[in-house]
Amino acid sequence: MEQLGATRSESPGPQGSELEHRPDLMPPIEAERTLDDWGRSERVEGFLDATLIEFFYRYWFRCEVEGVENVPAGGGALLVSNLAGALPPDAVMIGKAIREEHAQPRPLWMTVEHFFKGYPGLSMLVPKIGGVPAHPANVHRLLAEEQELVLVFPEGRKGAEKLYRERYRLQRFGRGGFVASAMRARVPLVPVCVVGAEEAMPVFGRSRLLERLSRLPYFPITPTFPWFGPLGMAAFLPARFKIRFLKPIDTAAMGEEPEADRGLVQAVSQEIRARIQENVFDMVGERKSVWR
Amino acid sequence: MSERSEFAQETSARAARERDVAARRVLVTGLSTYWGGRLAQALEGFDEIDAIVGVDSHDPTRELQRTEFVKVSNEHALIERIVEAARIDTVIDTRLVVDSTTTSAQRAHENNVIGTMNILAACSGPSSPVRKFVFKSSAHYYGCEQDDPGFFAESMRRPHPPRTKIERDIVDAEAAVADFAGKHQDVTVAVLRCANVLGPSVRTSHTRMFSLPAVPMLLGFDPRYQFVHEDDVVHALEQAAMGDLHGIYNVAADGVLALSEVISLLGKRPVPLLPPVGTGLIAVPLRRLGLRIPNEMLNQLRFGRGLDNRLFKATGFKYGYTSRETVMRLAAHQRLHPVLKGTESGYRYEREVEDFLKRSPLVERSDSSGSDAQREPFGI
Repeated sequence: MEQLGATRSESPGPQGSELEHRPDLMPPIEAERTLDDWGRSERVEGFLDATLIEFFYRYWFRCEVEGVENVPAGGGALLVSNLAGALPPDAVMIGKAIREEHAQPRPLWMTVEHFFKGYPGLSMLVPKIGGVPAHPANVHRLLAEEQELVLVFPEGRKGAEKLYRERYRLQRFGRGGFVASAMRARVPLVPVCVVGAEEAMPVFGRSRLLERLSRLPYFPITPTFPWFGPLGMAAFLPARFKIRFLKPIDTAAMGEEPEADRGLVQAVSQEIRARIQENVFDMVGERKSVWR
Repeated sequence: MSERSEFAQETSARAARERDVAARRVLVTGLSTYWGGRLAQALEGFDEIDAIVGVDSHDPTRELQRTEFVKVSNEHALIERIVEAARIDTVIDTRLVVDSTTTSAQRAHENNVIGTMNILAACSGPSSPVRKFVFKSSAHYYGCEQDDPGFFAESMRRPHPPRTKIERDIVDAEAAVADFAGKHQDVTVAVLRCANVLGPSVRTSHTRMFSLPAVPMLLGFDPRYQFVHEDDVVHALEQAAMGDLHGIYNVAADGVLALSEVISLLGKRPVPLLPPVGTGLIAVPLRRLGLRIPNEMLNQLRFGRGLDNRLFKATGFKYGYTSRETVMRLAAHQRLHPVLKGTESGYRYEREVEDFLKRSPLVERSDSSGSDAQREPFGI
């Protein structure tokens, strides 16, 4: 969940535009396979979706979804969300919301930090349920060539690391690499607001020593972790989740190569951050209780 | 470095330019390696090719009909004389060592870096007849790292400097080729970066590992793997030799598989034998026990690698097999192998016999048409 394209100079589109309009060159889908080329497994995802994710979505977080029709029914789109909590359940819940509530359910690709690819166990599980490393080339391929839905958290690690007392205050949105990615792929940006994740796993502090020992990118102190061991990491409090999809921002109407205009990229990035922040405050203000 | 990335990007612009690049007189370096032999056999079937000369420091390992073999090491003065004397217009360099278990690090470096520079020097003379240079490289050029893209395109560079000696050799050799391409604008230069090759006759560290009763994995990792069938690599080299490809191309079949998927297609069991921490330390005693896992493979077993193969497909190349089909062919071969064992006849190069067959007036020759049977090797 890091900002896209911030530190990388290479162009994500291979060899410019000559291959962009050649869908016939994309590898065909082999029906006999249970995995796709990214390593996503229908079997593993389907099983988790019917059990664990279903339980959390329906009975534990009792997700309430608004504006799901703002997610396009076809073509690529980049979903942009705020991020909260130690082990953020929000990405999985947004994916589940689209599968459950959308008129045309579609799979959602969740960009994750490169760290997951290098951590034993997680590196096997994360790609199987639709996690893909947040490399600009990966995002471009998914959006432009495969016309998929991709979810990014522009706050990156800063969002997950922030403490409970800073809850619902959006962190800096990187350098707007995600906006440039959407512009380059000519796909709309869909802002998404999530409320409830901050209370589901409040982070009271973090331990630098244990970070180094466990080789985790950060080691949070939560009501259940590390006191109850690794399982404490999956113990979410039953806060009620509210997910609101906002009106999409069309990048196709911004002219030729809007991604080259750094000012425009920054302006769009700030605009999205402001819209999400405003709606998050609105949603927090509306709810009568964290739990109901 | 700027020259090199330009070289990667100018691919299509250059290919469009008119140039007389029809291969007529071909030099194959590394004739005695697997790829050199396979390619020479394939080229013998093309009537448009007048002459095929093969050089290597060892005797050929495959039976060849009309290829002239010259035993010479990578000495540029000698090769230059051969190139000039035989008016060679196309040089195909298949010598690159991409597996560190096949030879010592020093000899690999000697062959990969110094050898490539010598071959390039032999084609660089002011009156050199060489118009086309084809270089077989490897996807090890990209390495395997945590922050890699899911699919490497030809214009991308590896995010970190090479970690193993063999990867450094490949990067250095390609740098020499790119430098040559920059200095000799009139020479068509094609670099083919091949993914892991599998097939019934090629022997690599991966085919060895996949022939074990249980396939070792790194505990907690299920890397993405992309393969290419050995016949597709030969066809790709053929296309580069016969056509006017200019630039860098990934040669990799469609489809990226997870290692667990590969193992189940082979009908084998995975053993998470290698620990995620201290993998390099465990690999050493395992090598003693006979499980030779090269250093450059350890990172692949952890992070895997995918390649964007569209650029080469855009030139009109058709792969015979997908990654999945390649693995399934290997599985079929593995099941049939015990039945066929001992029926393949080995080939031994005898200079006098070859000379007699090629030059004696007593031998009836039916031009190149008789070599058709040789073109398609026995494959399963």
